[in-house]
Amino acid sequence: MSDAIIVEGLAKRFAEVEAVAGISFRVRQGELFGFLGPNGSGKSTTINLLTGLARPDAGAIRIGGIDCRYRPGAAQHLTGAAQHLIGVVPDESNLYPELSGFDNLCFCAALYGMAKREREARARELLAEFGLSEAAGRRFGGWSKGMKRKLTIAAGIIHRPAILFLDEPTTGIDVASARQVRQLIADLHRGGTTIFLTTHYIEEAERLCDRIAFIVSGRIVRIDTLEQLLKPLQARQVVRIACDTPLNGIENGLDGAFPGRAFTCPEPGVIRVEADGPVRVGAIVRFLEERGIEVAEARRIRPSLEEIFVRVTGIEADVMQRERGKP
Amino acid sequence: MKPWIAFWNILLKDMRTYYLKPPNISWGLIFPLAWTGMFFIKSGSGLEGILALLPGVVAISILFGTTSMLAVTVTFEKKHRSFERLLLAPIPLELLMLAKTGGAILFGVANAFVPVIMAAFLADLSQVNWGPFISAVFLIAVASTFLGLFIAVAVSEVFEAQTFSNFFRFPMIFLCGLFFPIADLPALLQPLAYLLPLTYGADVLHGAVHGGHAMPVALDLIILGGFCLGLFAISLGNVRRRWIS
Repeated sequence: MSDAIIVEGLAKRFAEVEAVAGISFRVRQGELFGFLGPNGSGKSTTINLLTGLARPDAGAIRIGGIDCRYRPGAAQHLTGAAQHLIGVVPDESNLYPELSGFDNLCFCAALYGMAKREREARARELLAEFGLSEAAGRRFGGWSKGMKRKLTIAAGIIHRPAILFLDEPTTGIDVASARQVRQLIADLHRGGTTIFLTTHYIEEAERLCDRIAFIVSGRIVRIDTLEQLLKPLQARQVVRIACDTPLNGIENGLDGAFPGRAFTCPEPGVIRVEADGPVRVGAIVRFLEERGIEVAEARRIRPSLEEIFVRVTGIEADVMQRERGKP
Repeated sequence: MKPWIAFWNILLKDMRTYYLKPPNISWGLIFPLAWTGMFFIKSGSGLEGILALLPGVVAISILFGTTSMLAVTVTFEKKHRSFERLLLAPIPLELLMLAKTGGAILFGVANAFVPVIMAAFLADLSQVNWGPFISAVFLIAVASTFLGLFIAVAVSEVFEAQTFSNFFRFPMIFLCGLFFPIADLPALLQPLAYLLPLTYGADVLHGAVHGGHAMPVALDLIILGGFCLGLFAISLGNVRRRWIS
């Protein structure tokens, strides 16, 4: 599989702030590549550098095999051919509020040189595909946030780009719209579009991405497939036991009765069991019930990307979620 | 040919979205009418005074219409990030900026003819030399629009654009020989007049309407053209430096 995006030693500084500190990575053709990091980690600056909205201080960029190295004197480091290959969906809808949905899409298509008949047909096709046909004639400014985000994605793919940059596509929209947007992204991925996705939401990256890069303070601290990222946690078994009666420090007794297992109480009425081998839940439940503790539920916890993210970056996952609220 | 599809559609969109909106009548109709009325009453002259006022009113209508509209629309689009959409499109930056300014240039030219039409009802315009007049109107519109672009690129807020515009516009009303000859200015200020593009446009308009110009028309138009190229080049450089930084 060839590489759709190649980045080597990309760097960008704003005054005293090193926004992107010499990062290197490759995005394969047809891949959904996640770029995960907290606010100010360099996600949006990286997208701006890759799409030509910001000029790199150093480093090399290849988009679809086209060298996009900065050429002094040129308006942008991306050539017209590279700009044709990419579509960009910004983190905020930046379409024209006074135009209708249909006119917005037709205008965006015209920017890519599409003829009138072609752009009108494509606009109708996308409006139908994204479930926006009914609102097509209404002013974009009056649309809901979720609808706006969907139209912004439609505008990003109006010219059928091979590579799509999505900057935090589900931030600030309601749960139902976020689910629809994720489905649209998954559909585009299935259709063969290479997708570069930045997100705050660990679970979103986990659900959608083939490979994920963790970026912190302008540096990529880890890139791998979800499977490889989770591997260190696969052998570790974690079980969550929810109880209906007070625990009264029972975890100390459990430690003694079940050596080799780590017992903690992360919240009232909940016991978390961790072990490097299998956890025999039946024996623990019997132990608890014999001591008058009623067990309501016991279930194995799947290892999550969140744990890996916390381990690798040292940033608590809830910090990321607090930054803009859960999707 | 494909970039021209983008060029044409950006121009059409701006015309529809900004320039053909009813509130803009304030620049095209009310503004020239107010200026004409004010100067006409102040001068105390008869209808023959209309011809002396016309070049200044035409120039001022173009200047205020174009600088205000362009500085505001471009700053607005930049602030709301819709300008990014244009920068991402495969269009040469020069063509993109010409498309963005094209609407304002046409708006400025249209504004210029509002006082002309009004004057046609009150005075005899048969002696007007229309060739130089139209050339000057076009070049003043281009220079004023590029001045608006220069202002738009230099600021980040819409209110800053309006305030910054006034630093250029009001001195030009006073210094550029719109309503009285530059020779009547204090000697210290006279050199300043020749640093401003409107001086040359106003000189051509005066020459075309009542024959009272100070410099050869061709020289005026060449210098005005030079201002247009210079302002456009500086603005492009600023866009590259500030907006694709």
